[in-house]
Amino acid sequence: MKDDNARFEYLLRLGDNSLILGHRLSEWCGHGPVLEEDIAMSNIALDLVGQARLWLAHAAETEGAGRDEDTLAFHRDAFDWRNVLLVEQPNGDFAHTMVRQFLFDVHAVELYRGLSGSTDETVAAIAAKSLKEAIYHRRHSGQWIIRMGDGTEESHARAQAALDDLWGYSHELFDDDALVERLVADSIAVPGAELKPAWDAEVDQVLGQATLSRPSDDWRVDGGSQGVHSEHLGYLLAEMQFLPRAYPGAKW
Amino acid sequence: MTAIVTSAYNAKIRGLLDEVYDPELPGLTIADLGVLRGVSTDNGQVAITLTPTYSGCPATQVIEMQVRDVLLRAGLQDFRIDTELAPAWSSEWITERGRAKLRELGIAPPVGRRGDASDYCDPEVECPRCGASNTEKISEFGSTACKAHYRCRACLEPFDYFKCI
Ligand SMILES: [Zn+2]
Repeated sequence: MKDDNARFEYLLRLGDNSLILGHRLSEWCGHGPVLEEDIAMSNIALDLVGQARLWLAHAAETEGAGRDEDTLAFHRDAFDWRNVLLVEQPNGDFAHTMVRQFLFDVHAVELYRGLSGSTDETVAAIAAKSLKEAIYHRRHSGQWIIRMGDGTEESHARAQAALDDLWGYSHELFDDDALVERLVADSIAVPGAELKPAWDAEVDQVLGQATLSRPSDDWRVDGGSQGVHSEHLGYLLAEMQFLPRAYPGAKW
Repeated sequence: MTAIVTSAYNAKIRGLLDEVYDPELPGLTIADLGVLRGVSTDNGQVAITLTPTYSGCPATQVIEMQVRDVLLRAGLQDFRIDTELAPAWSSEWITERGRAKLRELGIAPPVGRRGDASDYCDPEVECPRCGASNTEKISEFGSTACKAHYRCRACLEPFDYFKCI
């Protein structure tokens, strides 16, 4: 594998995580539990789609095969996507959406903090920019975890159920395969194992405040970053990619 | 061109760009916001450097279009617009004039320093209408990604707060 090839794959993982989660959040637009939250989720979606655009543009440039960020976003089938399974999970109730977001946000903050020192200058620049946004996203989702967990009997039960359902998807965020290790050797990427202690500390602190219990690590599902997805991704792509596929080159 | 002529020319271009306002913050120019990072001239070609506030800010493309429009109307043909990501835009780059304009628009300017958002507490924000510091956050995200939604407990008016980033 050429170095550029590994870098391209890694950039796809970063871009695909942001884009798929951004799309999932955008599904709440017009359906939020309250107007403020509807607006908040749309704004976070916008940040994530913006970050995805930067990552995928850099991926396309690295690949050098004449594709651009739009080609990558709209003309790839499910098995070519490299996002973790966590982000493609359906929105479920508001508690599921916020727990998914919180587990992701805490990781994103640590990841971008690490990547802002990458030897790939564009990676460092995108990470430094995204870090500022991710800190606000984490603040938002973290406050909701506390509010729901330490709220009513029902909100607590729903938050705990969501945590129990999604916990096993969080481990994939930290997987270090041969590709990551190769890029870590060049100081382009940061190892997931290095991010885990800070993630654990932050998650534990918020769960403590929220009076929620941390689920046990006795199950895990992964494969997304290798292109093995749940059936949910196909439905998501069918909606997200419909227009550019039905009307190639459409402009407005 | 000699250095003096070039710098006078660049200043003239900056003057033209004072007509470019953020589409979502009427009255604030791209210089007020710190989005305009540089104007330079190289071999007769003008290079405008812009930086986006937030990654997904839809105003970014509108601003580029407006810059293009202003320069073309002034008869300039040979120019390019570069996007710069690093250093990442900071709300600390909003000028004093920009902060005053925000208050005029009923938007509270950013409080505190970068990185303050890392905890789960909110900064004390002054009401842009009555100046009271007895305010509360309603939502982390307001009308755009760059703002949070607040309410004044003294005059009871809701207002936008431009977040510190
Ligand atoms: Zn007031």
